[in-house]
Amino acid sequence: MEKLILRRVDRQNEEMILNFGPQHPSTHGVINFIVETDGEVLKRAIPDVGYLHRSIEKIGEVTGYPGFMPYTDRVDYVAAMFANEGYAIAVERLLKVEVPARAQWLRAISCELCRIASHLVSVGTMTMDIGAFTPMVHGLRERETINDLLEALCGARLTYNYHRIGGVAFDLPEGWRDKTLAFLDHFDKFLVEFDRLISFNQVYTKRLGDVAVIPAAMAIDYGLSGPNLRGSGVDWDLRRDLPYGAYPHFKFAIPVGKGWYGTVGDSFDRYYVRCLEMLESSKIVRQALESLPEGEIVAKVPRLVKPEAGEAVGRVESARGHLAYYVVSDGTAKAWRVRARTGSFTAMGIIEDISHGLMIADLVALIASLDVVAPEIDR
Amino acid sequence: MTTVEIHERLKARFGDAVGPLSEPKIDPFCVVPKERLVELCRFLKAEPGVDLDLLEDLTAVDWPKRNVIEVVYHLISTKHRHVFKLKVEADRAAPVVPTVECVWKTANWFEREVYDLFGVDFPGHPDLRRIMLPDDWIGHPLRKDYQEAGGWHGISNVRENPLVELKRLDDAARAEKATAAPGPTDAQPAAKA
Amino acid sequence: MTAVATQAPYAPKKTARSVLLLTLAVGVVLPVALFGAIIVLSPLTKPAMLGAVVDALGGNWAAWSPSAKVGLYAAGAALLGFMLLNFGAIISGTTVWWEMRVSSRMQSRVGYNRVGAGGFFQWIADAVKLLLKEDLIPADADQLLFRAAPYFVLVGFALTFVALPFGESLIAADLNVGIFYMISVTALVVVGILLAGWASNSKWALFGGMRSAAQVVSYEIPAGVAIMVPILMAGTLSMQGIIRAQGAWPWQWFIATNPFAVVAFVIFFIAQLAEGNRTPFDLPEADSELVAGYLSEYSSFRFALYFLVEFGNLWVMAAVGVTLFFGGWQIPFVGPETFAAAKGANALPALGWWGLQALSLVVFVVKTLVLLNVIVWIRWTLPRIRVDQMMSLCWKYLVPFAFLSFVGTLLWMVLVAQAPVVAQATGIVLTAVFVVVVALFLKQTKANISAVGDQVDLSNW
Repeated sequence: MEKLILRRVDRQNEEMILNFGPQHPSTHGVINFIVETDGEVLKRAIPDVGYLHRSIEKIGEVTGYPGFMPYTDRVDYVAAMFANEGYAIAVERLLKVEVPARAQWLRAISCELCRIASHLVSVGTMTMDIGAFTPMVHGLRERETINDLLEALCGARLTYNYHRIGGVAFDLPEGWRDKTLAFLDHFDKFLVEFDRLISFNQVYTKRLGDVAVIPAAMAIDYGLSGPNLRGSGVDWDLRRDLPYGAYPHFKFAIPVGKGWYGTVGDSFDRYYVRCLEMLESSKIVRQALESLPEGEIVAKVPRLVKPEAGEAVGRVESARGHLAYYVVSDGTAKAWRVRARTGSFTAMGIIEDISHGLMIADLVALIASLDVVAPEIDR
Repeated sequence: MTTVEIHERLKARFGDAVGPLSEPKIDPFCVVPKERLVELCRFLKAEPGVDLDLLEDLTAVDWPKRNVIEVVYHLISTKHRHVFKLKVEADRAAPVVPTVECVWKTANWFEREVYDLFGVDFPGHPDLRRIMLPDDWIGHPLRKDYQEAGGWHGISNVRENPLVELKRLDDAARAEKATAAPGPTDAQPAAKA
Repeated sequence: MTAVATQAPYAPKKTARSVLLLTLAVGVVLPVALFGAIIVLSPLTKPAMLGAVVDALGGNWAAWSPSAKVGLYAAGAALLGFMLLNFGAIISGTTVWWEMRVSSRMQSRVGYNRVGAGGFFQWIADAVKLLLKEDLIPADADQLLFRAAPYFVLVGFALTFVALPFGESLIAADLNVGIFYMISVTALVVVGILLAGWASNSKWALFGGMRSAAQVVSYEIPAGVAIMVPILMAGTLSMQGIIRAQGAWPWQWFIATNPFAVVAFVIFFIAQLAEGNRTPFDLPEADSELVAGYLSEYSSFRFALYFLVEFGNLWVMAAVGVTLFFGGWQIPFVGPETFAAAKGANALPALGWWGLQALSLVVFVVKTLVLLNVIVWIRWTLPRIRVDQMMSLCWKYLVPFAFLSFVGTLLWMVLVAQAPVVAQATGIVLTAVFVVVVALFLKQTKANISAVGDQVDLSNW
């Protein structure tokens, strides 16, 4: 890094090198940005990641297939359910196991609740980064209820370890369905209140509109996915376009950025797409709870998982874009290679190239609008 | 378009340079020569009807027995909703694969990661630095024959099993007690006990 | 909106009766002692009154040597100064407590509730904690400036109390350049902040200091021009003079008697928010951008001083606003002649006069607290604006409109001089408009609350 700084700094001008992180309140984890600024205006922000690298992929090669499931939680601990699901799907495809319908539905329910929780954190921290503290606490308050629900479902509030190869670990507890429906009734109204409180606030929209615009072609080129890609106006969602699990059975809209307060693909679009997605997730959970089929919750999978040699990808639409597990088996009980492709990693890659000309406050908005989570970048 | 159809299009364009589709076909892939990789990727991205515009993932798999490192490209078309998987094989001793950063920008960080963790060189990459590990790290951890160094800048990465440590402390305390106990005339330890 | 409880509802902590009584006692004694001291001391520290007190106590003021007279006067003034300084500190502490209670209710949090009933003693605990912490000065900081910076801030804050009117005769010194003096000493605060930013030798602190300098210097201009409007209407710079030029009733306040004063007040209020580094203008210490801005490297009591000034300034901001636009301490039905009559013929005023003073103090404090609450409410509602937006707001909108309202007021004064009834009519019309606006606001609030399936509920207080 030092060499990098020396190479890139022209000592003759008024530029300043600023270490934006790793312990900065709005980098959303242990991330460093080496920021070249001229006063408040950025020349460039170079992301320096890796502070949270735990070599989860290497761990996947030494644990057995089922044993890796708890580790997947740690890939993205804000939305751990998706990491569970992606890995489970990859291994199920290797094993050619058919997942029972009820398990598929339970997966969809748990994942969509988790998506709401994750998006609540995302939009909440975004408002806090813009300087409004109150909406974040409101978001966390609602997330707390989801955490309670998921705790009742699987016993954990953050790292769920709920999905299993071939299904899920637990069936719905008694009364859970009614509690969830009651929460969703409340939550839909909460979204209205949240919009009134902050989303359409003049100061807020002025801070985010036209800031850090990512055009659609650029977003695809840089491999953005999930809400970041849809914020740029690209109508792409794995749940609909490369369907998996129970999603073909549900009706839901895919919100895309429309340039509500500026250009398509600006920070506000990325923010507001998440707000709209929460509403869609709420619809999916309702439909799933209403059409929940009876039956087994986990397929018959041998205790010793030993898939034949081959490789499979399990990709899911996580709260932060594509979360794809690429599992290579060599026919033994341990995976030969486990690869986790995450949305935050590619999202970070775009920051250096669009940071030019932003202000420091805009960089904060950009990081927040891309919704990067440090463990998901570094794994 | 299915994977088979895309593969046929590739065959038609590049002939025998494109390897056969793999078996078993859970997620079939084809191996292509690294010399024609960039050309091939440009074709896949730009060819109407194929339009694999999204490089979803770029990673590598180490195969010491075959003495190759496979670099794997997961491609998606957001236009036509199909996927395709490419592989390039590189020599383990000095793995070199041309960069596709000029085709998909997102390859920049993916290739840095593969370089960091597998040691694959990507000539033509604009900024090939380590990404996860410190710049002066030795070795490439995701290779199968990677041996951990003893530590990094004096920070040990080896930790004794805490149970062993506890047992040793326990033993030490017991030994101390044993040496202190024999003196019945010595009132001090007895009072302490 | 209350959360859906899936688990046992939160059970509030039971407050012991003794703690409740202690809190109540302190909550009563503290304001009584402070305001009592202000009521008693600020009239008495006038030389003439001092003589009367000495005479009333059986002494002979005339026979005192000049040095003794000066000594007694100095002692009285010092005591008043001490009380006012304490008033500043305690008002900032209680404002912190109040703000945290308000914000916790706005955010569905529990908030302060550990130290004393309702957590009332939290600010004392915080101050003690900060006093006991290590006073850390970064190795590469400019030692002298780093140490000196908090004093500039504190002095700039404390000096404002000299000319701050609390009641009819309750002012330490009714300077004939009162409001001018206020603007001048407040500018010391920015010197302290800039020093802190520079001396910390931290890039974040430097950013904060530079932002603060840019912000405060810019916003001084619209604020200054907006202040000219009440000065023009009153024809004096004296704080008491400005209040006396207004009446007690809302339609006699400056904000109602002149439509341009409404514009001036809005500009003044925004500029005050900016100068006080309050949301949405808290750019100098923007925690999500600059870590803590100019405060980044401060710890211990030096940090506490900044904190004290920031929250104490709320009172000053609100009090100056009330003085300039909202009729200050004026009591309905009580004119200057009533005060004169109540004072009686003696050199030492009669008891009724003291009662009227206390009443004027109450009026002033209530108005100030209302305005202070508006500032608190804004802080917990609005996000932060960006640096360029802050500057463009100031120079493109506030400054021109401030000058417009200034020129408009000049013309208005000419008109009013021709036909004084215009001012009275405007007062009544504008007051009616204000009432309607507030009513509509409350109606909309109620609609907003019911739209999300909630109801107005204050039981949680």
